[in-house]
Amino acid sequence: MDKKRIRVLVAKAGLDGHDRGAKVISFALRDAGMEVVYSGLHQTIDQIVSTAMQEAVDVIGLSMMSGAHLPICQKLVEKMREKKMEDVLVVVGGVIPKQDIPRLRDMGIEGVFPGGTPFEESVRWIQEHAKRA
Amino acid sequence: MGVARYVKNEKDVIEDVILQSGIHVKPMYGPNDLEEVGFDYERDTPDPGQYPFTRGIHPLGYRSRAWTTRQYSGFGTPKETNDRFKFLITHGQTGLNVAFDLPTQMGYDSDNPMAEGEVGRVGMAVDSLRDFEIAFKGIPLNRIGSGLTINAVASIMLAMYQAVGEKYGFSKNEISATPQNDILKEMVGRGAWIYPVEPAVRLIGDTIEYAMKEMPRTNPVSVCGYHIRESGATPVQEIAYAIQIANAYIDEVLHRGYDVDDFVGRFSFNINIYGNLWEQVAKFRAARKLWAKNLRERYGAGKKNPKVLFFRGLFGGGGSGLTKSQPENNIMRGAYYALAAALGGAQTTALCSFDEAYTIPTPRAALLSLRTLQLLMDEMGLRDTVDPLAGSYFIETLTKQLEEKILEEIKKIDDLGGMVKAVSSGYVQREVARQAYEFERGVQKGDLIKVGVNRYTEGEEEDVDLHEYRGQSAEEQMRSLAEVKRTRDDKEVTRCLRQLEKTAREKGNVMPDLLQCCKAYATVGEMAGVFRNVFGEFKEPSIF
Repeated sequence: MDKKRIRVLVAKAGLDGHDRGAKVISFALRDAGMEVVYSGLHQTIDQIVSTAMQEAVDVIGLSMMSGAHLPICQKLVEKMREKKMEDVLVVVGGVIPKQDIPRLRDMGIEGVFPGGTPFEESVRWIQEHAKRA
Repeated sequence: MGVARYVKNEKDVIEDVILQSGIHVKPMYGPNDLEEVGFDYERDTPDPGQYPFTRGIHPLGYRSRAWTTRQYSGFGTPKETNDRFKFLITHGQTGLNVAFDLPTQMGYDSDNPMAEGEVGRVGMAVDSLRDFEIAFKGIPLNRIGSGLTINAVASIMLAMYQAVGEKYGFSKNEISATPQNDILKEMVGRGAWIYPVEPAVRLIGDTIEYAMKEMPRTNPVSVCGYHIRESGATPVQEIAYAIQIANAYIDEVLHRGYDVDDFVGRFSFNINIYGNLWEQVAKFRAARKLWAKNLRERYGAGKKNPKVLFFRGLFGGGGSGLTKSQPENNIMRGAYYALAAALGGAQTTALCSFDEAYTIPTPRAALLSLRTLQLLMDEMGLRDTVDPLAGSYFIETLTKQLEEKILEEIKKIDDLGGMVKAVSSGYVQREVARQAYEFERGVQKGDLIKVGVNRYTEGEEEDVDLHEYRGQSAEEQMRSLAEVKRTRDDKEVTRCLRQLEKTAREKGNVMPDLLQCCKAYATVGEMAGVFRNVFGEFKEPSIF
């Protein structure tokens, strides 16, 4: 039986326009056999959640480069709870200082992959933790 | 990117070096190589100051004047930014380059919900002329020029800069602004776009037209190869795309009936400096030559005044060459990159500071960058003679080879119908994204060496003192904005905004109206909002 492919929404939330990392990880996840939807820039949390639902993704991958990851992740997690999307995995990458990783964990975000994380590591973690319908 | 690929045998002997531009580097160069590439001194690299300016735009180069140093700076409130400006100027910096926060860059006021979490984070918050008054207080704007790293709302910021100059008694003829004002590169590699391509390019045309007539010392655009390189472009593409972007802006102004010589001389460029040392130096020389030739051959420019053919550049930055691991290595990287810029004859320069893989620079990090630049000019002999590597068999061969490749890339864009089409369709974005992925794979596999990342990784990670984002800056800024709104003449603001909208709809030059709006303390959000209503928003082409 065919294993259903993991669907990932790679999203750029907020005003930051640095998307090289988001695009690079999108290529990597695709090469690893996942289906990737890239949100494009300047997405609000509402837009990301809405796209995630429409595209029926298993994972939301936030790419955060400007340092605003804590307030933005907090909002995302709350919105997802509101929409009862607990089955959707959230992972975060980009410019994430070490000291913020425990704080993200407290929000329920375990998968944190700062820039430079080897692709296999991110891919393997997502494969192990994503739930597929 | 920017590191070469090394093919080595089992004894670590280098068998081949492949530069990012695809050029193979030989173990040794001699007179035969010059012959093979058809090198001719008078034609290819005449004396500096002579067309096509490969060796430099000025016969004396740095002997006449050292490069201008412009560390990118700004954060928090305008007061905090004014302090940092003065700190850098006190330490010998000769120009400013203003960093704006993301809400400002995206045309949102500090009290807009879209601005939450970002006010004053990556740059200074600017909501109205009041903020410029604070930011530029005590700065002699007739002697110190300001780069304004702003793009989608560059027209607004240029008008605001003129307004603040006048407030402090500096006429528009005395002040020197260089708004970055390059929207096409935003769409490729920086992402701070707002409006669709056509009206965005028209706004750029407005600023060029206005500066040509009203602000003789202002450089209305700083065309950026920089960010396209940061996004994954090769050094060849960086120059080719920069030239083609500049051509798109030239075309916009030519449509208005002007002579190219009347405005193109104020174009400036922003080019990256990280990468293989030799490739970078040759790249700058090739860029000077190809820009001059492009202007003369494509537009017949330079007839009235050959100086308009000068490629005037900020060669600096180098951000994507820096690493998070072993951050102090970035101090040395900065020094080597700066050397490339000096050997390449940059008019202006600035460095990404050693802590910038983490966040915006601390004063100490910014000062280290500034000293790096001063050391080269004042101690190491980079002012001694112009284009010191000229005549090198290697550098002259490499310069010629790069020229050929850049011309091929320029032609590819011509074949696609020009840069506007190439960017609107997503072609450039796809190319650079794919290359960025290839590069990252190369680093992860160890094919491309990055010290501290995949080689010499032993040792403890050092702790770096980092700039901290002050949440209170956002609160202070919002209070300040409320005060401005409370004390200004709302009727006048409404009148000015209405006039701005009318002009924008009629496709007239918006600069005079923007100046009025700024003087009435209309906010950035209000002015940018008018443009949003009239022009709409850019829709990114899909690249997957």
